[in-house]
Amino acid sequence: MNTRGLRSQLKDSVPVTGLCPQAGPYGVQDSLRRGFSSVKNELLPSHPLELSEKNFQLNQDKMNFNTLRNIQGLHAPLKLQMEYRAARQIQRLPFLPSSNLALDTLRGTDDTIGFEDILNDPVLSEVMGDPHIMTEYKLGVL
Amino acid sequence: RQRTRPQLLRAENTMLNTSTKTPTGGFSFENTRRNAVLEANLSEKGYSAPNARKTGTTIAGLIFKDGVILGADTRATDDMVVADKNCMKIHYIAPKIYCCGAGVAADAEVTTQMMSSNVELHSLSTGRPPLVAMVTRQLKQMLFRYQGHIGSSLIVGGVDVNGPQLYSVYPHGSYDKLPFLTMGSGAASAVSVFEDRYKPNMELEEAKQLVRDAITAGIFCDLGSGSNVDLCVITEKTVDYLRGYDQPVQKGLREGTYRYKPGTTAVLTKTVTPLTLDVVDESVQVMDTE
Repeated sequence: MNTRGLRSQLKDSVPVTGLCPQAGPYGVQDSLRRGFSSVKNELLPSHPLELSEKNFQLNQDKMNFNTLRNIQGLHAPLKLQMEYRAARQIQRLPFLPSSNLALDTLRGTDDTIGFEDILNDPVLSEVMGDPHIMTEYKLGVL
Repeated sequence: RQRTRPQLLRAENTMLNTSTKTPTGGFSFENTRRNAVLEANLSEKGYSAPNARKTGTTIAGLIFKDGVILGADTRATDDMVVADKNCMKIHYIAPKIYCCGAGVAADAEVTTQMMSSNVELHSLSTGRPPLVAMVTRQLKQMLFRYQGHIGSSLIVGGVDVNGPQLYSVYPHGSYDKLPFLTMGSGAASAVSVFEDRYKPNMELEEAKQLVRDAITAGIFCDLGSGSNVDLCVITEKTVDYLRGYDQPVQKGLREGTYRYKPGTTAVLTKTVTPLTLDVVDESVQVMDTE
């Protein structure tokens, strides 16, 4: 599935907005939660791979859905995206790590091992999000 | 009621961060800016940050009449120092597929281990023995995804339903399919031996000798390769991992000895100064020996 040419990737890839200022709820930098900001940090990525890795799964999904639409018609990606949305809602409490098993099965990544399974596994992480803050953020109260 | 208290204590003891993002796995680029600043500071003073250990290798592969022979030297270097005199550069991927790794040692090791796991999962899912082309495809897709930052060059060789196959994969994701291949810093020396004496459909002993000669050429003519020659012979029926097949370079024996007999140096004068020590404090600690 990775043999698509560069042109098709450019057309459907996610735009480079990963580094815009982290606006909080009032439109300004939320220093308490996201730390100090600087123009240099926001304009340029710190590593050439940072953006491409952040958007990798999204870009893959877009490419796959586009191919599927070209082969089978519009109904195929629509049905699959409905299933994706349903599977994405199967989560544990906001501050606990979820296995995302249904989502992995749909994507076909349940029988592959990549760096996201070996390095920085969230299950083994030493810090966790504050339960109250994460739940409030999830419920939109924050 | 009693059960909740230790749970609460445990939650207070873990560190809590105040971000609202759910953590994901994979590479973390948080420290790249800090590392860049540290490296700039160090280079101002004239020092440099440590480099990743490269294998500085000669690896080679050859297709002969019944299968594939992979060969490798066994030296791992850390810039100009030999870090490991006897490392294993031929890694297992599947029962009939092996992979030689050159480039950054850690990258080659982790890449081949991940490939081995992926190949096992894939063959369990398809119910068929794996193809060498499948290993090559997964390797090149992964290496292209990381744009050459994973510095491992690999030679994948094995026997599958399509016969003996040999591929080489470069760090940026390109690959070659050829009857004989060499990679690593000693590749030029090794490939010269292959270009001179390779014939299609060679016999086993002749092919083993040729790969041994190619790796030996790399060991003698390249500073980054050395120590022993490892071979791996893969045929349809068997796999022979010959570790330490040849040791062309033996450590030199010392000709003489530098030990001197006691009394060689004459003693001219001797003075003895006793040091008086005063007892300052004395305390007794009773041990509980029950």
